[in-house]
Amino acid sequence: MQKIGVFVCHCGTNIAGTVNIDEVVENAKHEPGVKYVAEYPYMCSEAGQSMVQKAIDEHDLSGIVISACSPRMHETTFRRAAARTKLNPFMLEMANIREQCSWVHKDKEEATNKAHALTRAAIAKVHHNTPLFPGESPVTKRALVIGGGIAGVSCALDIAEAGFVVDIVESTPSIGGKMAQLDKTFPTLDCSACILTPKMVDAQFHENINIHTYSEIESVEGFVGDFTITIRKKARSVDMKKCTGCGACYDKCPIKKIPGEFDEGLGMRTAIYTPFAQAIPNVPVIDREHCLKFKTGKCGLCETVCAPDAIDFEQEDELITEKYGAVIIATGITPISLDKFGEYAYTSPDVITSLEFERMTNAAGPTKGELIRISDKKKPKSITFIQCVGSRDVAVRSKTYCSKICCMYTAKHAMLVKDKYPDIEVNVFYIDVRTPGKNFDEFYRRAVEEYGVNYIKGQVGKVVDNGDSLWIQAVDMLDNKQIKTKTDLIVLATAIEPVKSVRNIAGMLSASIDTNNFMTEAHPKLKPVESPTAGVFLAGACQGPKDIPETVAGAGATAAKVIGLLAKDKLITNPCIADLDPYYCNGCSACEKVCPYGAISYEDTEINDHGKKAIRRIAVINKALCQGCGACVVTCPSGAMDLLGFSNRQITAEVDAICR
Amino acid sequence: MVFSYYPGCTLKTQAKELDRLARNSAKVLGIILEEVEDWQCCGAVYPLGTDEIATKLASVRVLKEAAKKGQPLVTLCAACTHVIKRVNDDMKNNGDIRRKVNKYMEEEADYKGETEVLHLIEVINKYIGFDKLKEYVKNPLTGRKIGAYYGCMLLRPSSVMAFDDPENPTIFEKFIKALGADPVIYPYRNECCGGYISLKEKDRVKEMVATIKENAKHNGAEQLITACPLCLYNLKQISCRDLNIDYLTEILAEALGITYNSEEEVSYAYSK
Amino acid sequence: MHIQNDYADQIRLISGSQDLKCMKCGRCSASCPQYEEMDVRPHQFVSYLQRGDIDALMDCESIWKCLSCFACVERCPRDVKPARLIEAARLLRIRRQSDDEFITPEQVPALLELDPDIPQQLLASVFRKYVK
Repeated sequence: MQKIGVFVCHCGTNIAGTVNIDEVVENAKHEPGVKYVAEYPYMCSEAGQSMVQKAIDEHDLSGIVISACSPRMHETTFRRAAARTKLNPFMLEMANIREQCSWVHKDKEEATNKAHALTRAAIAKVHHNTPLFPGESPVTKRALVIGGGIAGVSCALDIAEAGFVVDIVESTPSIGGKMAQLDKTFPTLDCSACILTPKMVDAQFHENINIHTYSEIESVEGFVGDFTITIRKKARSVDMKKCTGCGACYDKCPIKKIPGEFDEGLGMRTAIYTPFAQAIPNVPVIDREHCLKFKTGKCGLCETVCAPDAIDFEQEDELITEKYGAVIIATGITPISLDKFGEYAYTSPDVITSLEFERMTNAAGPTKGELIRISDKKKPKSITFIQCVGSRDVAVRSKTYCSKICCMYTAKHAMLVKDKYPDIEVNVFYIDVRTPGKNFDEFYRRAVEEYGVNYIKGQVGKVVDNGDSLWIQAVDMLDNKQIKTKTDLIVLATAIEPVKSVRNIAGMLSASIDTNNFMTEAHPKLKPVESPTAGVFLAGACQGPKDIPETVAGAGATAAKVIGLLAKDKLITNPCIADLDPYYCNGCSACEKVCPYGAISYEDTEINDHGKKAIRRIAVINKALCQGCGACVVTCPSGAMDLLGFSNRQITAEVDAICR
Repeated sequence: MVFSYYPGCTLKTQAKELDRLARNSAKVLGIILEEVEDWQCCGAVYPLGTDEIATKLASVRVLKEAAKKGQPLVTLCAACTHVIKRVNDDMKNNGDIRRKVNKYMEEEADYKGETEVLHLIEVINKYIGFDKLKEYVKNPLTGRKIGAYYGCMLLRPSSVMAFDDPENPTIFEKFIKALGADPVIYPYRNECCGGYISLKEKDRVKEMVATIKENAKHNGAEQLITACPLCLYNLKQISCRDLNIDYLTEILAEALGITYNSEEEVSYAYSK
Repeated sequence: MHIQNDYADQIRLISGSQDLKCMKCGRCSASCPQYEEMDVRPHQFVSYLQRGDIDALMDCESIWKCLSCFACVERCPRDVKPARLIEAARLLRIRRQSDDEFITPEQVPALLELDPDIPQQLLASVFRKYVK
């Protein structure tokens, strides 16, 4: 028979305001096996914990129940307190009388009854608890960063600086991401390339960083500290070791009219190409879909002109398998498709997205930084910016969230126009101007006060392309007037969304994702850079819309958490894992099929069945892989499988106690 | 392919051509349109009020007739298409309206929106295909620059009408192209013609129509086609040289080589 | 005031429109082809409803000006359906006092004599829109 202590917490008025503590205490005293009951306003405080420890020693308790908050909140706290005594920490159970009781009930009598039932159930469970001992698992001191944008690159640099090896996997031919496409950055208007490219070079030459561009994640196995990940390096058709980056190949390539991804389709690229001049690595890729050699077997001009003989039409995808202790998802965002926004006439060449505008104002962009109408190459006399295109919109074509960065980059664009061409009229249609952030509102006000940008509270309903100009119908809500006017160029502040491939990546890593395909944090406030899956971390705008300062700050936080993990030699594992009774196992394989972690295999084992020795095929659990999900327990048809800490006996006892 | 067919009030009066040419053309394409018996006028305006029940009954009766035969219901007039599709959507998705209507009708079987409502152009797209339509064309309308005037009612609200992209529709352009003509895309093809206010405020309608027609002409249109008798009426309120306004069935019949006054063709639909 | 609030609730019920979703972006008014003709503008419908000024809404010219073209409904980013709101106000007005003087069935033959091209559809629409 156990000697059980029960400790009831008031949590200030959080619990005591709705639950009659005295009654819970009184009732607990009459439960079988209970030798000691106490209550305290804040059981998690130092005094409360001491009280628990003292009671364990003085009353020689063999099991304890803490009736307080959710085990997610303080189970670890109290287990640590128990560990400071002679008690095994797994002889402790929490009864959640706060989140599942006092917070969700108003009626005091009902809440008190429920608190009593929950406490009773925990006491019944403790009767069947057995001491458990955590195991250990190794930590591979290497990290994988998925995505080579500013988030991935800065996170990788921080981890590498701490002395750990980091691999970056990037799906496009170069690292740099969306930031590489930008012209200037708000609120300081410093050149994006000038601050990004040195970081890219740092990553390229860092002894602890390996960059895999034009690569994707193929498969993921394992768990925190011990992931085994296969990376597919897509065939570049160019030998990375031989190529000197001279550029003779793309100068000679006859296929020159492919809309370039880096220039958002405004500029053309060749079939063999590097996306931009500062690309890292500076090694071209052959786009096999468009390459003549791959399409017709003829051409091969690039091969002829390549002095170091780096062109390799026969090259195949390469699979690399590596072990990692931690994985960082930094896959970033992309503008949404505007196919369904016909009212803004996006099909017109003179209606462009903000990212296209970035390319157009960039000196290295398709117009060499000259602001023109794509249709007739003329300088516009007036530019109209439309905010919230596809953001804060519940329609299927749109996103319900605020894309966050648009107000600031539109103010930036407006100022860049005015700075270069003061005679151009600039109008901005907005719903709200949202500029919280250091020096952000001042930045927006500068656009209005110093540069004379017209901000109009209202939206545009329809854009008509008349060929020589655009015509808009809009509203000025503060003036209560409909505006019908001509404009020459329209820039749409297009909503951003996570890149499509993130769903697949999250799936492989069992990391959770929300309805908008943004990665979910383990806790929005207290664990903002961790995914709920141990060992999987998050950086950058894959978590939600973020600007560059926020992304870099967040990536640093991610790096700190990853370094904290990699610095450990061993991880303590959860002892609440599957447990097999070999006598009941009939080797049916049902558990093996449902195990999401691949932790169950089968072995021929000698079983002593009532003195009769027999060789039987039975399940074997890999204790390092098992995460204690319990899927095998509910699947096992013969009741051979059980879960330590949550055994069938314990759970039945709890249910019985509640129903009593 | 046999379909239930709802001509609607105007196709029996002012827009006889829209109806007759549709039947003739459909027959050539192997589409049999069986006119629903004892149909009533849909009301021409969808009763937007969620508490409007009586005004929805005419549409439900027609939908129910088609459901009894298990046939999709084909419409031609944009207003009929709009009203009947939306009432059908109410019967399918609005439990309150469905319950009240069925209770009012006091018939054995409840109607729950089972019928599929299609405009003739949707039937051609779905059951024949515009590529196949090309093969039926005897007199290709080569060189003709035709703009489609969609108006409002076929397109909006797109969540219910599901006719085409409401901001940048293409189905009529594909149709025009299949008939051998050059479709003219112009931004005002989905702007309102003024609709019902033309009886009370004709001048306002003229202003609106002028903008639409100018825009169509600016983009090179020499002819406009529409599926709506009211749009057609309104578009004709201002004269505009070199811009004819016709029903879509008129160019269809023309391209298919259907002779204009063939009574025999008309009677086909009734005799099956 | 009590009566007005009753009317506001009736408008909510008849329109099936959720005025609280509106974030005052103005896309309805930006899209409306009849904006200039209206005394109460599409983006203001919600404001009238929310402050319970239903009499003003029922008496405004806009109820006769809306074409039910649904451009506002299609483009509203919050699914507020302004066209349904103004239609509900029109219905309340018509139910209280229909605009019978505008058209009666007896007038139809004369109208058709004046303009034989008037489509049936127009007459049916007009009876739906102006008469009880």
